[in-house]
Amino acid sequence: MLSNIGNTLLFLNILLGISIIYFSFQNLKNNKVIISKNIYHICLFQSTFIIICFFTLVTAFIVSDFSIITVYQNSHSLKPFLYKVTGTWGNHEGSLLLWVIILTIFSFLFLLYNKHHAKNYRIYSLIVQNVLILGFLFFLLFNSNPFSIILPIPKEGLGLNPILQDPALAIHPPLLYIGFVGSSIYFSAAIASLLTNYSGKLFAKSIKTWVLVSWTFQTLGILAGSIWAYYELGWGGFWFWDPVENASLLPWFAMSALLHSLIVLEKRNLLYFWVIILCLLTFILSVTGTFLVRSGILNSVHTFANDPSRGIYILIFLSLMIFVSVLLFFNKFKNSSYNLSSNSKETFILINNWFMIFYLITVLIGTVYPIFTEVLTDHKVSVGPPFYNTVIIPIIVLFLLFMSVGPQTGWIKNKSYNLNLLFRILIGSIFINFCIVYLFKGYSLLSNFIIISAIFLVISSLIDLYKSYKNLKIDSPRVVSHLAFGFLILFIGINYNFSLEKDFNLKLGEKKNFENYSVEFQDLKLQDFKNYKAVIGEFKINNFKENSNHSLYPEIRIYENPSTITYEASIRSGILKDYYITMSNIDRSDYYNIKFQKKPFMMWIWISVIFISLGGFLRLYKNAKKNY
Amino acid sequence: MQKKIIKSSIILLIIFIIGVFFVGLNKSSIYDTKNLVGKKISKIQLEHFAENRIITENDLKKNDFTLINFWASWCGPCREEHPILIKLNDEKNLKLLGVNFKDKKSNALAFLKDLGDPYDDLARDELGKHSINFGIYGIPESILINKNLVIIKKFIGPISKNDYDDIKNIVR
Repeated sequence: MLSNIGNTLLFLNILLGISIIYFSFQNLKNNKVIISKNIYHICLFQSTFIIICFFTLVTAFIVSDFSIITVYQNSHSLKPFLYKVTGTWGNHEGSLLLWVIILTIFSFLFLLYNKHHAKNYRIYSLIVQNVLILGFLFFLLFNSNPFSIILPIPKEGLGLNPILQDPALAIHPPLLYIGFVGSSIYFSAAIASLLTNYSGKLFAKSIKTWVLVSWTFQTLGILAGSIWAYYELGWGGFWFWDPVENASLLPWFAMSALLHSLIVLEKRNLLYFWVIILCLLTFILSVTGTFLVRSGILNSVHTFANDPSRGIYILIFLSLMIFVSVLLFFNKFKNSSYNLSSNSKETFILINNWFMIFYLITVLIGTVYPIFTEVLTDHKVSVGPPFYNTVIIPIIVLFLLFMSVGPQTGWIKNKSYNLNLLFRILIGSIFINFCIVYLFKGYSLLSNFIIISAIFLVISSLIDLYKSYKNLKIDSPRVVSHLAFGFLILFIGINYNFSLEKDFNLKLGEKKNFENYSVEFQDLKLQDFKNYKAVIGEFKINNFKENSNHSLYPEIRIYENPSTITYEASIRSGILKDYYITMSNIDRSDYYNIKFQKKPFMMWIWISVIFISLGGFLRLYKNAKKNY
Repeated sequence: MQKKIIKSSIILLIIFIIGVFFVGLNKSSIYDTKNLVGKKISKIQLEHFAENRIITENDLKKNDFTLINFWASWCGPCREEHPILIKLNDEKNLKLLGVNFKDKKSNALAFLKDLGDPYDDLARDELGKHSINFGIYGIPESILINKNLVIIKKFIGPISKNDYDDIKNIVR
């Protein structure tokens, strides 16, 4: 029943997509200035139908309709309600439906909110976007149909992987999808812009909001994924340079570059072709990421089942996108000399772009390198954190310094630098850094540089905030994001250098002392739960210096169907630091292996990222207020 | 002219990248451990299933060929390959070492009682940690090694009829 409704709606959406393209071309022929009402109506229907289609699938998950394979494979009648709902996008087919929804809704909203822009440009954007929608609808319907049925109908579902049952992971895909699937709309707009020569400031204005929306949500989506990894994977880290994480980071770099160069295009009518490249690149990278993750060409924490046919489809689609973009771009490209003053805001924004592109290329190479070595030399390599850390981290110092100075400069030609002030900020940052080293603990030369430059950015942003507040010309969104970015790097630096990690073996009743801490193994219980058994340890952590006690309860869980053992970390999050304990049993002994970690400022790392994206929301709010 | 050169080199680069992706798709995934074939296993330490002793590489050096089979009672495909393992037990030059993977002892014993016991020796790896050293990432998996502990063949998934013939040809 639900399966039929779903399939019918998907099919209807294909028809609607085709008719939108048809009517759009018809509309191009007439001389009217406005787009015909028909097109609006069809777009509204298209969005409504796809949303109903999605809720049909959600309903199937809620009522546990196991006649649908996707539900059978990813749900269980006893699952909590929340995870039944979020299970909808916790799998390949369902999440692909989410893809199509975002493509469709963005298509409709872009049409609706750009009434002041040229008709042909809007219509071409709509056509390109609908070609994308159709591409994904065909993929959905014929290759990865979320409504496929299974006979005979199973009595019970296979359940959702326990580590996916987590609130952070429940919101992670929708946030991320609004981010990188949302970037499709400025891909379409960029193609339309090339086709209709609708360029310059007006083009920048039309896509500004969409770039902001996608960047803001992408940031939050990456954050949710990180939080999940920290709490659920049990290593005590929050970023692993896993291919999937990289796949979400690549479009983020491109979006961040675009976000900045778009300002130059809007204010100074420069860098048009560079903006176009970034628009095209962002969505191409999003689809590339999807390809890398879904095709099974790379293995990672996302365990979508491997299916080469999916990979081939996405790869063909991706190739078409790339070739159309490249050919069209070269066809329209005109060389123009910019004549930028080396001391101007434009130049600094360009410098930001170089850094972003540098990071992008580094991460891209690291991610796809294993595929190349395997195909070309038959060698299997894996590129891990050492590569990224060595290449990326030293460059961050320069990046932060430019980021501190850049926003102070003026457009066209900067008149005066307050070198005196910059120098004083730098001295202040060095002083604070040495206070940290003196009062707490020394660290490597590179860490010194990173922390100094992060403090430099924080102080200059704070001064900026103060100055703009006094002038009442507050550009708060930018300052908030930059300040938060400075804090993010600062907290990561401190977290990295001040983390404490101890590995030791303990028996029930024993106690281990180190530095200012003691860890006491107080109790061990075996408890039965609905779908697993758990060995739960109780550990008392004593901090002598602060004279505080905390109890932590790490678990070893034994799941029955399928039989898996998971080690659940117990984490106590505090304002200044987190304590983190995992335990695992040792064969043929009553000793347990204990991993204790102290991680300072974890919460502040999350808060910094929230504030980075808050800058995006503030800008959206300000723009909306200005326009209406 | 310059534009043309840039254009063609970019297009060639893209074709190359897509080509690599395409070939890569048809290759097995990165965690595949087939490349272990030809390598020597250096150290083996497995807990014996029933007796209180450790099975080491010295035990395996005594056999001309050893097939190390990783299995569990909860694994469906293991049932499928079990009759073939029993047939392989007839081979004179081949010893079978079973490694019971992440399993309950009682369930494992019941499994062998139902379907027969093909193993000359049986080890257990309750936590699945030792199996990782053999490059095992899912079961059933089997490794055929010779006297010098060199891996001759690796079987990912259940052993099929064809694999059976292969093994027979190798050990004879």
